[in-house]
Amino acid sequence: MTAQAVVDYLAAQRRLEPELPAPDLPWLMELRDGGVERLRDAGFPSLRDEDWRYTNVQSLLKEPFEMGPIGQCDVDAAFVSSTTIPSLECYRVVVVNGIPIPHLSDVTLVPDGIRVSSLADLLVSDPGRLEPYLGKSLVPDPHGFTAMNSAFLGNGLVVEIAPGQVFDKPLEIVFVASAATESTMAQPRNLVVAGKGSRLQVLARYVAIGAQRTLTNVVTEVIVDADAHLTLYQLQEESKNSFHIGGLFAKLGRGSRFDAFAITLAGGLVRNDLRVDLDGAGAEVNLRGLYLARGRQHIDNHTQIFHNEPDCISHEHYKGVLDDRARAVFHGRIVVQPDAQKTVSEQSNQNLLLSRDAEIDTKPQLEIYADDVKCAHGATVGQLDKEALFYLRSRGIAEEAAKRLLIKGFASDVLLAVSPDSLREHLLTRVETMLTD
Amino acid sequence: MSSATAEISALVDREYKEGFVTDIESDTLPPGLDEQVVRAISAKKNDPPFMLEWRLEAFRRWQAMVEPSWAHVDYPPIDFQAISYYSAPRSPEDAPKSLDEVDPKLLETYEKLGIPLQEQKALAGVAVDAVFDSVSVATTFKANLAEVGVIFCPFSEAVRDHPDLVKKYLGAVVPQGDNYYAALNSAVFSDGSFVYVPKGVRCPMELSTYFRINAMNTGQFERTLIVADEGSYVSYLEGCTAPMRDENQLHAAVVELVAMEGAQIKYSTVQNWYPGDAEGRGGIYNFVTKRGACRGKRAKISWTQVETGSAITWKYPSVLLEGDESIGEFYSVALTNNRQQADTGTKMVHIGSNTSSTIISKGISAGRGQNTYRGLVKIIKGAEGARNYSQCDSLLMGDQCGAHTYPYLEVKNPTAIVEHEATTTKIGEDQLFYCRQRGLSEEDAISMIVNGFCKEVFRELPMEFAVEAQKLLGISLEGAVG
Amino acid sequence: MLSISDLMVEVGGKPILKGINLNIAAGEVHAIMGPNGSGKSTLANVLAGREGYDVMRGSVTYGDHDLLALTPEERAREGLFLAFQYPVEIPGVTNVYLIKEAVNAQRKHRGESELDAIDFLKLVRQKLQLVEMKEEFLHRPVNHGFSGGEKKRNEIFQMAMIEPRLAILDETDSGLDIDALKVVASGVNAMRQGDRSILLVTHYQRLLDYIEPDHVHVLADGRFVKSGDKHLARELEEHGYGWLEEQADSGAGQSAA
Repeated sequence: MTAQAVVDYLAAQRRLEPELPAPDLPWLMELRDGGVERLRDAGFPSLRDEDWRYTNVQSLLKEPFEMGPIGQCDVDAAFVSSTTIPSLECYRVVVVNGIPIPHLSDVTLVPDGIRVSSLADLLVSDPGRLEPYLGKSLVPDPHGFTAMNSAFLGNGLVVEIAPGQVFDKPLEIVFVASAATESTMAQPRNLVVAGKGSRLQVLARYVAIGAQRTLTNVVTEVIVDADAHLTLYQLQEESKNSFHIGGLFAKLGRGSRFDAFAITLAGGLVRNDLRVDLDGAGAEVNLRGLYLARGRQHIDNHTQIFHNEPDCISHEHYKGVLDDRARAVFHGRIVVQPDAQKTVSEQSNQNLLLSRDAEIDTKPQLEIYADDVKCAHGATVGQLDKEALFYLRSRGIAEEAAKRLLIKGFASDVLLAVSPDSLREHLLTRVETMLTD
Repeated sequence: MSSATAEISALVDREYKEGFVTDIESDTLPPGLDEQVVRAISAKKNDPPFMLEWRLEAFRRWQAMVEPSWAHVDYPPIDFQAISYYSAPRSPEDAPKSLDEVDPKLLETYEKLGIPLQEQKALAGVAVDAVFDSVSVATTFKANLAEVGVIFCPFSEAVRDHPDLVKKYLGAVVPQGDNYYAALNSAVFSDGSFVYVPKGVRCPMELSTYFRINAMNTGQFERTLIVADEGSYVSYLEGCTAPMRDENQLHAAVVELVAMEGAQIKYSTVQNWYPGDAEGRGGIYNFVTKRGACRGKRAKISWTQVETGSAITWKYPSVLLEGDESIGEFYSVALTNNRQQADTGTKMVHIGSNTSSTIISKGISAGRGQNTYRGLVKIIKGAEGARNYSQCDSLLMGDQCGAHTYPYLEVKNPTAIVEHEATTTKIGEDQLFYCRQRGLSEEDAISMIVNGFCKEVFRELPMEFAVEAQKLLGISLEGAVG
Repeated sequence: MLSISDLMVEVGGKPILKGINLNIAAGEVHAIMGPNGSGKSTLANVLAGREGYDVMRGSVTYGDHDLLALTPEERAREGLFLAFQYPVEIPGVTNVYLIKEAVNAQRKHRGESELDAIDFLKLVRQKLQLVEMKEEFLHRPVNHGFSGGEKKRNEIFQMAMIEPRLAILDETDSGLDIDALKVVASGVNAMRQGDRSILLVTHYQRLLDYIEPDHVHVLADGRFVKSGDKHLARELEEHGYGWLEEQADSGAGQSAA
């Protein structure tokens, strides 16, 4: 099945290739060809791959997905406004099936210090702005899906923050998966470049129209230049029939800071690959994750942090609540390279299983090649604290309500660092609603 | 740090004290492995037919398998056809009946190793089944044990004298085809120890075996099987040393433990095989499969290991928690120095109800050593009320070593409570200075701190082993006062 | 006993001590006071031999020894004791074990036999009373999980066990409430006898209410700017360090006794 899928997708790529933008750019050709080769050689991952041992993608591969029609958009402004977060003030950009849609976006309102462009446009109009970054953070492509994204590389969103520019208002990017026909796929390739000393919060939301079978195979590359501070909220709100393979690859410069939130509230099969390279001394990364899963959802968070330079700090805290037949996987790998002295690294993964049929597989990993380090990790799987439950009940709260309260408390603490307030309140409400249903 | 690093090196770089070669005639098979070799070993051991069949089945499986490559270790390919699979000291026609009959050179070897059998007999009350290369040469205290019905004998003797027990339990926990090295061992194992503790018997003394690899280019493939019947208790000690050789030697042992209802098995290892020289030449490849099954209710299996030797260590003493309320424990200290590599840990598989497991692992990396903890905690769907606590700490000395932690937690039951914690830190310069300010030499200060770091594991060892383990880490005795 | 001459010390290329002169005779108690960052703790650490301090100039003679040429443990065995400002935690190593090793290392150095378990325990019990600590505290890991006050009392307890010739107390009063301070001070006073010299390093005068020094020196910006008797401490309490620092800036520092 895997081999057939590789053949099918490679054929689809050959058919589409002439239509992809900037076919004559040598470096771009190299990038696409590299993806083709890697997909051909490595294929799609299977349970035999150590990095995929708990996530089976056969259900994704058994029927092929088609790239959505280029240049068409069946999403209207009414849908976009129906998905907005109340009272959240932000700049908004809408991307439908991997293609930025100007007439649905408030691009004109985005201030000068932030440049938001369509990747396809920029590849034609000013590819020099992309060449230093595109594809650089994932050589080679870690697996068949990112390779496929590179092979189909054509559109997506590019966000450039000018050096020294500081913004309080977040930039919201709504990625809409819209299936005009059954089994539509989108493969956006996004790039975020935070210039020296800049500061911005980006909210990337993944939503779906209806509940069709869709595949979003997205790759986002992030460059945080020296002393910049970038915050990225990734919010998964697609449907239970959505397949979502997300790759986020970030490179951090000297003294920079990157805060990333991976909040997964929906999606049938979700795999988030997240790799952060601390490439400059004194850089700091904070990763937080929350996954609430039920039904037959499968959520796999696969994270890697590479301490490549001294004096860097990493914090990673992921939490999950699993109900029904849901299954989640956490893989957290922290590598401290020989020269990365004075590294401080802390990681935790905590899970609550609410049902007899739920399952969690967690693999926190430390690989340390330097000696002057302080590293710790921990993982827990358990139930609600019986003492706390009793305490609440002894105060007159009904058992069910007490449980909900404790679960909400467990899940919410990941969200406490979210700002602005309106976004945090929205997420807390979403979590509460999900847990009450 | 530079002077501290130098001190650490001096401390852990001591010459391998146990590296001497005993000059006695050996009865050795030529290198290579095929069905004929398996048959030859079987014939030399006077195997009954069932045993030969079992070996041949294992050999067929082994041929179809590939060497595992997933561990975090690195070594040149092993030529399994260049190894001799059998070596026994040439003795009189029959095995010696008492110590007096044992080749005095052998006894001298044990003296050098610090295990004078005679003395131990008198002082420690430890029955020793000493394995020299592949054949057990002396067993003491058999009579005392026989009084309470405990069987403690070389494996080959058990095959001859207790075939029903061997048939029933051999391969019951580690089947022939379990993994590459276990299959190899199942085909060619030459000897080892067998223990059976009958119902309700508390074994009156610690049982102990010393293993030692002597002949050049011979693999050591011993096999240990311990069965503790209902309500019994046994503590088993295993110590290992090997002489210095420039070549690498393979050691692929299998240990199987079976604990029935209410039984307890405590298995302790101090492994001090030759680790190779500072440049990584020579040393033992220690590829060992150890697994215990808690078959009945409230059964308990406890593994304690102190791993300071071997060029490469690959072992995961595991517990299958089948019985309700059964308990599995794993306490480990692993030290890697120079170019030693260790990939070690445990598997705790929770199957019965209300089972619990504890994992305490202490890794010490120095020189260019690479130290990996790899562990699996698995809670299967029907395992109600399972509980696991794991703690894995790593101590780093020097800037060229590595410490790695790969825990796998697989939980399929919502009533489970599983906790894993791990830390990695450098040996504290302020701790060293503090001790030195109180007048301790740097070496003693390091010993003291390392010993403190390992304390939770050492206190699980029987006293005599704890002493040896602490010595092995270059540590003066802690806890003698107060 | 101790003679410091023109001592200049840098940390990471930055001068901290800029020419210190100090003589402590046997049996004397000296106090070094000064504002934060003046170099007080640097002096204590250099004397004990901590790494990371570069001696650029000057000498320190301790008894017949060139102190700076000795390793930290040699200094300790020659009777120099440092009570740490931040006592170090050593998990897994019991307090009593460290103390026994320390005491015996020093006895061995002096050519005396090691204490047997009974004599050692007798001595321990006697000294514990001095700092009002319970016996169970012997069997806890060194400073691990100790409160701030317990850590400082533990330092004094160790000092009492080791019976040094020169004790340097680095900010032993910091972080102590008044009761704990009294216990610590009475412990130190009990040690004040015969040839034993004591060097108190402190920011506040209040410790000197309980341990009366023979000499007080004020350290500011790496130099002694004033020396005097116990009354100098009171003056500082009233006027603060400001007026003395000005003297340091104008280069009017004077050598200490």
